[in-house]
Amino acid sequence: MTVRFTKDHEWVRLDGEIAIVGITDYAQSQLGDIVYVELPHPGSRIEKGKEAAVVESVKAASEVYAPISGEVVEVNDALTADPAKVNADPMGDGWFLKLRLAEPKELDDLLDEGAYQRFVAEQP
Amino acid sequence: MRYLPLTPHDRSEMLARVGVASIDALFAEAPPAARLDRLLDLPRAQGEIEVERAIGAMAARNLAAGSAPFFIGGGAYRHHVPAAVDHLIQRGEFLTSYTPYQPELAQGTLQYLFEFQTQVALLTGMEVANASLYDGPTACAEAVMMANRVTGRKRAVLSGGLHPHYREACETYARFVGFDLVARDPAPGKEEALAALIDDATSCVVVQNPDFWGELRDWSVLARACHDRGALLVVAVAEIVSLGVVRPPGEMGADIVAGEGQSLGNALNFGGPYLGFFSSRDKFVRQMPGRLVGETVDADGRRGWVLTLSTREQHIRRERATSNICTNSGLCALAFTIHLSLLGEAGLTRLARLNHATAVALAERLEQVPGLSLVTGSFFNEFTLRFPCPAAPVVEALARQGILAGIPVSRLYPDRAELADLLLLAATETVTEADIERLEAGLRGALR
Amino acid sequence: MSEWSRALSVQAASDAPSVETFSGNRGLQIEEKLIFEQDSPGLCGVDLAEPAPFRSRVGNVERHGAIGLPGLSEPQVVRHFTRLSQKNYAIDSGLYPLGSCTMKHNPRLNEKLARLPGLADIHPLQPISTVPGALELIDTLAHWLKTLTGMPAIALSPGAGAHGELCGMMTIRAALEARGDPRRRVLVPESAHGTNPATAAACGYAVDPIPANAKGRVDRAALEQKLGPDVAALMLTNPNTCGLFEDEIVEIAAAVHQAGAFFYCDGANFNAIVGRVQPSALGIDCMHLNLHKTFSTPHGGGGPGSGPVALAAALAPFAPVPWVVHGENGFGLVEHKAGPAAQSIGRLKGFHGQMGMFVRALAYMMSHGADGLRQVAEDAVLNANYLRVLLQDDLSPAFPGPCMHEVLFDDRFLKDTGVSTLDFAKALIDEGFHPMTMYFPLVVHGALLIEPTETESKAALDQFAAVVKSLAQDARAGDAARFRAAPRLTPRRRLDETSAARKPILRWRSCVAHQQAVE
Repeated sequence: MTVRFTKDHEWVRLDGEIAIVGITDYAQSQLGDIVYVELPHPGSRIEKGKEAAVVESVKAASEVYAPISGEVVEVNDALTADPAKVNADPMGDGWFLKLRLAEPKELDDLLDEGAYQRFVAEQP
Repeated sequence: MRYLPLTPHDRSEMLARVGVASIDALFAEAPPAARLDRLLDLPRAQGEIEVERAIGAMAARNLAAGSAPFFIGGGAYRHHVPAAVDHLIQRGEFLTSYTPYQPELAQGTLQYLFEFQTQVALLTGMEVANASLYDGPTACAEAVMMANRVTGRKRAVLSGGLHPHYREACETYARFVGFDLVARDPAPGKEEALAALIDDATSCVVVQNPDFWGELRDWSVLARACHDRGALLVVAVAEIVSLGVVRPPGEMGADIVAGEGQSLGNALNFGGPYLGFFSSRDKFVRQMPGRLVGETVDADGRRGWVLTLSTREQHIRRERATSNICTNSGLCALAFTIHLSLLGEAGLTRLARLNHATAVALAERLEQVPGLSLVTGSFFNEFTLRFPCPAAPVVEALARQGILAGIPVSRLYPDRAELADLLLLAATETVTEADIERLEAGLRGALR
Repeated sequence: MSEWSRALSVQAASDAPSVETFSGNRGLQIEEKLIFEQDSPGLCGVDLAEPAPFRSRVGNVERHGAIGLPGLSEPQVVRHFTRLSQKNYAIDSGLYPLGSCTMKHNPRLNEKLARLPGLADIHPLQPISTVPGALELIDTLAHWLKTLTGMPAIALSPGAGAHGELCGMMTIRAALEARGDPRRRVLVPESAHGTNPATAAACGYAVDPIPANAKGRVDRAALEQKLGPDVAALMLTNPNTCGLFEDEIVEIAAAVHQAGAFFYCDGANFNAIVGRVQPSALGIDCMHLNLHKTFSTPHGGGGPGSGPVALAAALAPFAPVPWVVHGENGFGLVEHKAGPAAQSIGRLKGFHGQMGMFVRALAYMMSHGADGLRQVAEDAVLNANYLRVLLQDDLSPAFPGPCMHEVLFDDRFLKDTGVSTLDFAKALIDEGFHPMTMYFPLVVHGALLIEPTETESKAALDQFAAVVKSLAQDARAGDAARFRAAPRLTPRRRLDETSAARKPILRWRSCVAHQQAVE
């Protein structure tokens, strides 16, 4: 299973033709306690770089941009009841949504783990 | 000047400390052309005696409701406000505090707003209410915009029984915010085929109960028709005391209830400040406009209150906020909450019955006056009367006799000749038998 | 992300409360349950006559079940709300230096006059012939506001400042549409109040942010670059939210007009310049005023406000109804979008505006007079600069040089202390002061914005400054624990906002109702 990252601190894990999307550990640590996650409707189409979800802490709301384009096949409804999962396990139970890839080639533009870690290390 | 604590000596000492020769130096960045080096052509400072005399003289030229038989409603109602209400809201800790952004210093404000939210939710039969908006018409416009957000649609259907100011506020917001309205024509006393106007693009249907004409209706069937097409039902309530005897909109299937809370705790004030209230269902709470107070615990585990779900609001979400509203009607909400706390279950029910009984007595008397007929069937404390002639001149004539007889519908619908013979009359608990007799005699005289 | 969010996410150290009592009360701090938890069914604090028997005409919508309201007598209700009031800080009790909020003294004469029966007990729809004094009062207020701003027209109906912004932006859009020139973008500085972008968006415009320059003013070059034929307006606050006068405002206005756009000024900070600077001479087309800021109508724990909008001649025809006119037989009221008001944007709220606030604001202006209002601006600016100088060695001023009515610091003075802006503000609470505005404006890190207003004495400012300096020194001396645990002396200590937002409890429920809701 390949994991790729964006400079907006999202991750994508490929599982066949389905991509699982979430935010990184660095992102959750920057946001602080997450109190709400607004997810798209299953069946909707999202476009790379456009808003896919909104994640809220007490005093901030941040857009999560789609790292790749595709059709939403499933969202993590468990986050509605327990948004703290994003803080506790951002790369696991805290996943946001599953996409059916529209353009597999878009994955090539994303960072691999090493590149992403170097990018994070450069952040102030 | 009595409101300024700096002495001339303080000022010169402080200027020296700041390191400038004169106060002018601190205004030096203003462009010279805009600087005022003289006093504006306005009166000079005055003492309390002079100001009170001048404003008192203006007040004295108005006919106060309390000094005349008074039958005016139309979205603003004259109720008796217990003396304790005004005493309590003038406590400086309430009157002169800010929006409760620092919860440790504002538990008083936060707790009464939590109580206000609960009272509004209970009265309207809804699950959740906000901490108030400006007034009924703006609350109604906010309700339509919220329905648009919830449904992802942009077309609202308005009943012809909606108060004209509520409809006009919706029209203004619709034009600039960008949504469509379909409004039924005013048809006092008649059934409206609102369900026929609902289609797959309809975000909500807005009705009022009692409606502008005073008519009470059961909106349950309309609620089902809305929900069948994925639309919401918005019920506006302009006289919240009615909910003491009338089934709440929540039980009829309303999704949003928005309206005017002035009737409890707040004076007529020539139209403002009033109190918009707003309630809805839990599942829509993140689309609600305005402030919300929530329960939580402090660092010692003790129960307390905070402003919450603030990410909906302009100070965080900026251009993506659910509404641009910032200030609400905090002190008016406090007056409402105190008045309703004094009334309680028994008092509100009795107050509502007393209003209804007084209005029924008024209707029964006026139905006996030759030429007058009641247009409204079921009503609470307000109804519409048809005259054999235009109503406005009659109201003017009665005003000259010191009787405030009601609202000629032409005041709100000047272009609709077919409504010119209608008069809207309200009777609250403040109306006496003698007031009714004077009105009846005045009307008989005017119509002779 | 948001530093405020991060600061809040760090829970206060949960050491034991300082004093334990059997009652939970601590002297004057008395625990008070919710009104719903004090129910004595059947009790009532208002004696009302039972109506004589009558035939109900409510029809088929009579209420059946109970509402669920508690029953209490008058003494219980008075005590309840008195105790609640004692849990609030207020301008009546102390310095309230909330930047951009203008917490100044609220004269009680104004309260008294607003309650005169001839003003409080009149109905907005009673015959015009019975309210000549009310219309005269509105007209007099309009005259004062027009003279102070130098603008030819004033729209009085908006319910608060944000509503005034909406009104102003709607008139701008209506004027542009009337000349067949609809535009799509509104420029808003990054330092603006959140209501500015929210208002522009509510009015159907795309919001385009303008950065600040190193001096805390709008970056004029960046602004001019963004101007173009699709820009409808610039929304600029002056003095701005950094407490600074926009020194290039005339040039900015000219550039905006050159591009065919309108210049909207957020007048929230008019209190800094009233009587000293005339807005009309700055090239402003439209400016709202917050009567609860400049003209001292009480904030009331969050309203009611009032947000009149001063308009240039080009925008006046589009003002919302109603407005007062001088007729042959005295004052009249234009209430409908027709005739002389055919181009009006229409109605923004019910009736005629916040009359009760008009009375208070007029009483305030008449009390001060032209001379006193000018002194208001001077003293407000002097007080802010005095605090700036007293604090500049211990705090870190965000920008060099003098300020207007408020002074902005950033959090460099807390660097490496382990104390955040939020912690610092909370420690000030234990010292008996309301904190300054925190984390706003967004253009500096960890902002602390202090607005003392003109109604503070020199002694009060000296005392406040001494406390702030001591706290700053203590933070740098390494006493971070004290700050993180603060406040310790308030009725409640830091509240868990995360839980409040994750599982919102927005109303009281009886145990029975609560159980049903859970199921």
